[in-house]
Amino acid sequence: MRLELNGKEVELEAAPMARLLDVLRDVCGLLGTKEGCGDGACGACTVLVDGAAVCACLVPVAQVEGASVTTIEALPEGHPLPRAFVDEAGAQCGFCTPGMILTALSLGRRPSRARLQEALAGNLCRCTGYEAIYRAIGRAR
Amino acid sequence: MLKYVGRSVPRKEGTAKATGRAGFLDELRFEGALHARTFRSTIARGRLAGVRLALAGDGFTVVDWTDVPGRNRVSEQCEQPFLVEREIHHAAEPVLVLAHAERDALLAARVELDEEPGEPVLDAERAREAFKTVAIEKGDAAAALASAPVVVEGEYRTGHQEHAYLEPQGVVAVPDGDSLAIYGSLQCPFDVQRAVERLLGGAVRSVRVVATEIGGGFGGKEEYPALIAGHAALLAWKARRPVKLVYDRAEDMLATTKRHPAVVRHRTGLDRDGRLLAMEIDVLLDAGAYATLSPVVLTRACIHATGPYRCDAVRIRGRAARTNTPPNGAFRGFGATQTQFAIEVHLDRIAQAVGLDPVRLRERNALRSGDTTATGQRLGADTSALAVLRAAVRRSGYRRKRAAATDGRRGVGLALTWHGAGFTGNGERWLASRAALETTPDGVRILCASTEFGQGTRTMLAQIVAEALDVPFESVELAPADTSLSPDSGPTVASRTCMVVGRILQHAAEELRERLAGLSPGEYHRRHGTLSVTKEYEPPAGAAFDDERCRGDAYATFAFGCHVAEVELDRDTFEARPSRLTAVVEVGRAVHPVLARGQVEGGTAQGVGGALFEHVTMRGGRMTNARLGDYRVPRACDTPRIDVVLLESPFAGGPYGAKGLGELPIHGPAPALVNALRSLGLDLREVPVRPDAILEAACGSS
Repeated sequence: MRLELNGKEVELEAAPMARLLDVLRDVCGLLGTKEGCGDGACGACTVLVDGAAVCACLVPVAQVEGASVTTIEALPEGHPLPRAFVDEAGAQCGFCTPGMILTALSLGRRPSRARLQEALAGNLCRCTGYEAIYRAIGRAR
Repeated sequence: MLKYVGRSVPRKEGTAKATGRAGFLDELRFEGALHARTFRSTIARGRLAGVRLALAGDGFTVVDWTDVPGRNRVSEQCEQPFLVEREIHHAAEPVLVLAHAERDALLAARVELDEEPGEPVLDAERAREAFKTVAIEKGDAAAALASAPVVVEGEYRTGHQEHAYLEPQGVVAVPDGDSLAIYGSLQCPFDVQRAVERLLGGAVRSVRVVATEIGGGFGGKEEYPALIAGHAALLAWKARRPVKLVYDRAEDMLATTKRHPAVVRHRTGLDRDGRLLAMEIDVLLDAGAYATLSPVVLTRACIHATGPYRCDAVRIRGRAARTNTPPNGAFRGFGATQTQFAIEVHLDRIAQAVGLDPVRLRERNALRSGDTTATGQRLGADTSALAVLRAAVRRSGYRRKRAAATDGRRGVGLALTWHGAGFTGNGERWLASRAALETTPDGVRILCASTEFGQGTRTMLAQIVAEALDVPFESVELAPADTSLSPDSGPTVASRTCMVVGRILQHAAEELRERLAGLSPGEYHRRHGTLSVTKEYEPPAGAAFDDERCRGDAYATFAFGCHVAEVELDRDTFEARPSRLTAVVEVGRAVHPVLARGQVEGGTAQGVGGALFEHVTMRGGRMTNARLGDYRVPRACDTPRIDVVLLESPFAGGPYGAKGLGELPIHGPAPALVNALRSLGLDLREVPVRPDAILEAACGSS
């Protein structure tokens, strides 16, 4: 099957019902996408499919045929979001961070706190209490 | 003027984490590695009569207890086996482990356990066996109670809490000739090394343990990783191949440790002005099926049970009861969270009973410098209970909000807490932790086994060393937490890393600086080769603790915190929604203010979760909601605004005055929230508080 992965056309072979998460990690070698629960409850495996944040553990890879998939590896060196997550300690253990950053990326500019509370509700963070994540996203935009 | 300590310098481990490049356990790939799966008991108590395997195809490695070359005991102090022999003591107890190159083959494997069920003990209050009892006596509490003009009694309960670190438990065991390496998501490399050495006995020449990047711990990766590392080690040793064992979320929640449920009873004598005359406290912890860390959790729970208050007549009795659930274990707060929930809710009931404002009552009784604790420890000049209380009341607008909260919907409450950093009593003396510094061509390298799982360990220790050596922060690097490289700086637990390990490294840096005789570390290294300095923990001068009687200097010092909680009650659904938490903590010195604030915000959010959302449901000794979709960790939309104030009252025995910080902020939120609900007339004495309990309390009060 073909898809656009991090801006590049790729062709890959995978069982149609394989989880996008496993294909990204085991076939494409993109290890930045994390598995926290495997049932869509934690958001650690969040990637963007055609710009929308989805849990890669819930998506059969056949569903992204022809789509554009973005993972944390797509962000260029020095991108303001990861930098702000470091400076504001929006990443503590860092396991939720790639997914959190991708959800943040899917939001418009300058999201309000209320908008962030709603949009990030599917991305669990057990370390920060979210305040530092709001500060990081606020600073990056 | 300090150059690095007290400044939010760039975080050493930050960029890798934020770009997805940090190497967590499951990112490690080894040629020819096998996957592994654990088969577990399904009953809470009974006997294992037999095991039947139905394995399709070959290539399986099977390990049960008969494959153990050394001792089938996870720790020296406890009878918990790595793998069940005959007796089953809890559900989800590991019986057999299986490895295969293909995950699908493992999933298809069928293993039937022939279990003969016995009668489990599932109620700690009815348990006959105790792993540990504690008795603390100060003065004559019985006599003081008998003559006290006011006596208030109460019983308070707290439930299990699941760590829910985002990265599940996992290890890889890699055999190499007659040695074995373990890579794992774990807090305490040397503890795991000792456990695996005990398990493999003479069969192995050496065991090396390396902590990978760790996706959260909170105590959950303190003792359990020894068990899972043992399983992977046995499989790898038998298969002569690397073995990766990673739990899925359901297995992790079902099998691993949780916070101890507690029942705490108070009987308190006061004079008519609300001065504490006598405290009788009874602490019961549900330890689960094996002792594991329960004895030390119980001791800490009891020592903190009075809260940060002065009282001359105290009698505390503690009991860690044996039941047939998976063992409960270390969780941020380590027993002190449960007992401080009790005393803080009890104090608001006392305030009502004597007609005093809760703040006034606490001001009257808060510990001051020179006062003694229940164990007789005399407090130093850094004692700051009053300072945090007053700052929190001011900052949050507590009085104004309390006066305005008359609509029955918006409540406000507070809690004042303390936390002794480091191991209890003689624990640090016995650990005798060591840490080292060595020169490199570019500067200096820290060698210690303290792990980074979100706290910023590596950054904070590097700041202390850069400061003491007077070298650029960037020139300080850290060796990986690897037992083959580093001296044993003790486990990464008990809010001890900054105060204890940081202090050892400060001393090492001071000695190194002298020996460098004016040269920079890099310059010295280039001219004379490596220079290294190893230092060991030095107990505070004059400190003494009697473990038998639980008397004396229990901790080097205490940090203090005050939380003010504001809550909105939905009168239709009876849900309590936290709207704002104010946290004022005094931590000696905030070595890295941004990271310190992060610890307080995160601990506060976990405390809010434990108070309102996180409900472990058990049936027959087995967790029934072992999924993140069913066990409700606070989400962004549930978590209130958290306002943090850091106060500093330097402690002479800590590096640049720093005390422990990690655990303190989890104590206050639950009692502050319950006290906020009490301000609405709701008499609640148990967490987690669920809407049905609020409804019941509302019916009782109207």
